[in-house]
Amino acid sequence: MQGFIVSLVIFTSIFAIFGLGLNLQWGFTGLINFGHVAFMAVGAYATVLLSLNGVPLILAALVGGGLAALLGLLIGLSTLRLRADYLAIVTIGVSEMVRLVALNEEWLTRGSFGIQRFPLPLANFSPTLLTRLVMILLVAGVVALGYWRLWKWLRQQVKQAPQSVLTRASLAALGYLTSLSLLLYGGGVAARQLKAANVLPPWLLGVGLLGGLAAIIGLYVWLAQRMSSKMSGWSTGLLLVFTGVLALLGFWILGYALSAIYNYDSNPSKTGLMVISVLLVALTYWGLERLVNSPWGRILKAIREDEEVAKALGKNVFWYKLQSLMLGGLIAGIAGALYAWQLTTVYPDNFQPLVTFNGWTIVVLGGAGSNAGTLLGSAIFWAYQTVTRFILGDIVPLDDARLGAFRIMVIGLLLMVLMIWRPQGILGRKEELTLGR
Amino acid sequence: MVDNAPLDGKGEKVAARIQSMDETLPSVASTPAPAPSLLVAQGLCKSFGGIRAVENASIEVRPGSITGLIGPNGAGKTTLFNLLSNFIRADTGTVVFDGEPIQHLPPHQIAQQGLVRTFQVARVLSRLSVMENMLLAAQRQTGENFWNVWLKPRQSAREERQQREYASEILESVGLTPMAQAYAGALSGGQRKLLEIARAMMVRPKLILLDEPAAGVNPTLINQICEHIQYWNREGMTFLIIEHNMDVIMSLCDRVWVLAEGRNLATGTPAEVQRDPQVLEAYLGQ
Ligand SMILES: Nc1ncnc2c1ncn2[C@@H]1O[C@H](COP(=O)(O)OP(=O)(O)OP(=O)(O)O)[C@@H](O)[C@H]1O
Ligand SMILES: [Mg+2]
Repeated sequence: MQGFIVSLVIFTSIFAIFGLGLNLQWGFTGLINFGHVAFMAVGAYATVLLSLNGVPLILAALVGGGLAALLGLLIGLSTLRLRADYLAIVTIGVSEMVRLVALNEEWLTRGSFGIQRFPLPLANFSPTLLTRLVMILLVAGVVALGYWRLWKWLRQQVKQAPQSVLTRASLAALGYLTSLSLLLYGGGVAARQLKAANVLPPWLLGVGLLGGLAAIIGLYVWLAQRMSSKMSGWSTGLLLVFTGVLALLGFWILGYALSAIYNYDSNPSKTGLMVISVLLVALTYWGLERLVNSPWGRILKAIREDEEVAKALGKNVFWYKLQSLMLGGLIAGIAGALYAWQLTTVYPDNFQPLVTFNGWTIVVLGGAGSNAGTLLGSAIFWAYQTVTRFILGDIVPLDDARLGAFRIMVIGLLLMVLMIWRPQGILGRKEELTLGR
Repeated sequence: MVDNAPLDGKGEKVAARIQSMDETLPSVASTPAPAPSLLVAQGLCKSFGGIRAVENASIEVRPGSITGLIGPNGAGKTTLFNLLSNFIRADTGTVVFDGEPIQHLPPHQIAQQGLVRTFQVARVLSRLSVMENMLLAAQRQTGENFWNVWLKPRQSAREERQQREYASEILESVGLTPMAQAYAGALSGGQRKLLEIARAMMVRPKLILLDEPAAGVNPTLINQICEHIQYWNREGMTFLIIEHNMDVIMSLCDRVWVLAEGRNLATGTPAEVQRDPQVLEAYLGQ
């Protein structure tokens, strides 16, 4: 379990970083990048290949990030002067091109055989008790900061509605979420038994499952919409309960993560990677928050809103778009290095367009233009991934490959639900939707 | 309709600040009498496919003046603004601003030189607050440079405070103070127009091109805007204004250029232009 949680934290962190890069480009600058995985691939391959040739890991990862930024520069120079949709098309093309190059240039990347046995960070590191305690403090400190921000944000939400209203709404939301989970859980258990008993033909079970799921989701979406029109403070209550549950889950995971650090030697490379990833998420988040709240970030937002205005006010739009694309690329490149270390083998197939899609899911889930939202989006996304990976196989009568497709289908379904319930994303600002251009 | 009534204190504070914070701004008082033109455009042509929107048009703006640009709908006035600010590249013609040819410069550099344009249909940055819209317009901000965000945070914060103060004063003078923290996208059409003018002022330009500043603004506010334009003008800012509201043109402008079907039709003082039979014909139809 501990190893599993460590790996979950690493994946969440990596995709949080990856998503933060995309959020800078799309959420803040309005650049449509449908090939974000290309930056990740460049970062991953560069890091791995350099470190195999004896370059120190930190340097290798930095060069990997730099090369990814360079790719951003090339893409930007060739397309940013054109209309926005061209960037979307070119980035899809580039990401596939990068993957195909990795697949075919076997002298460099060993093609589909992949690269194995490359150096991993902190793999032979055996920290003393003091070092471990420092690491624990660092990670706990980062998490505490995160909770503090969450707390401040929640309080701000709470202030907007009177307490009695909010209590009522929260209780209703609690009932709503509990009954939903119970229903899903009960349905899952029933389906599992049905599958094990083997009395129904698989297709019938499958249709029944999908129908049942659609019915439950439909019912609850309908309920939520009714409630939001009938009960004041409903969505705030739902948000409160939801984040509360997530926060508790976070505590539980934190416990595992800290105990993993304490028992560092039982799995040095993964634990070390976890610490590095968590710290890098914090660093990236902090840096980006600072940037987007500076005059520099204001120009990016202005470009997102209307680049003609930015030009009319003397801003070099092209140059700022280029910076955004490059910085987002650099961040994704660093995420790529972490990704390679986490996977321990690098295949071209790790960099399918699906990864870009996952990045978009994370950004849209959390709310484009909100860095905290992207972190939350990544957490939810990976919670979903793990839950379904372990549970779905027992319930759904599908083989592994189809199961993968099924999970993506459900993500699509959930995104659709989210777009109905909260089109601005979980942490997005609702007022922004009603604004005229 | 606009009298030169003494202004309230706010406008004067703004003006004082303009002078104290930007020494390069030319002031009427300090400029010698036979000043060279601030803006000279000659032989500008632009056709969109078959339509000749601007054909061999010229215009000249003297420093310290308020110059009007009028003409019937579709005469090519907005297109001329686009050519001057290089938002659309001219087919032929030259534009000299403050002694330097600018027709080859990209739009943002023209704005940096001190020539700012506004849009006929007001364009605001919807998901930024009104205040952020204003702050964006300030020029040469330290924090606009990626590295300075990290290396000079205090200088950047200090400038930000000053700009914020200056922006508040301008917002006050156009009556947008209550909306300062609201999303710009939540403003009404007329308020957007005001924000656009205020934002252009925030650039502290030498010359502002206003495209129909009074369109969709209520009469009392039009008066107020006119007063402020005159006030800012007295403090050294030059204006080139497209306007269909002849009262505004008459009361504000020193000189008026008339455009019809993309060509220069006439130029002169407002009174001269108003008497010109050609102009009357162009406006009233054959
Ligand atoms: N981007 C464009 N593409 C094609 N034709 C255009 C374009 N912009 C302007 N035109 C044409 O150029 C002519 C002049 O348009 P312009 O907008 O400059 O008129 P205007 O003098 O500003 O009119 P108004 O007083 O109504 O604002 C019109 O016939 C218009 O159809
Ligand atoms: Mg026009």
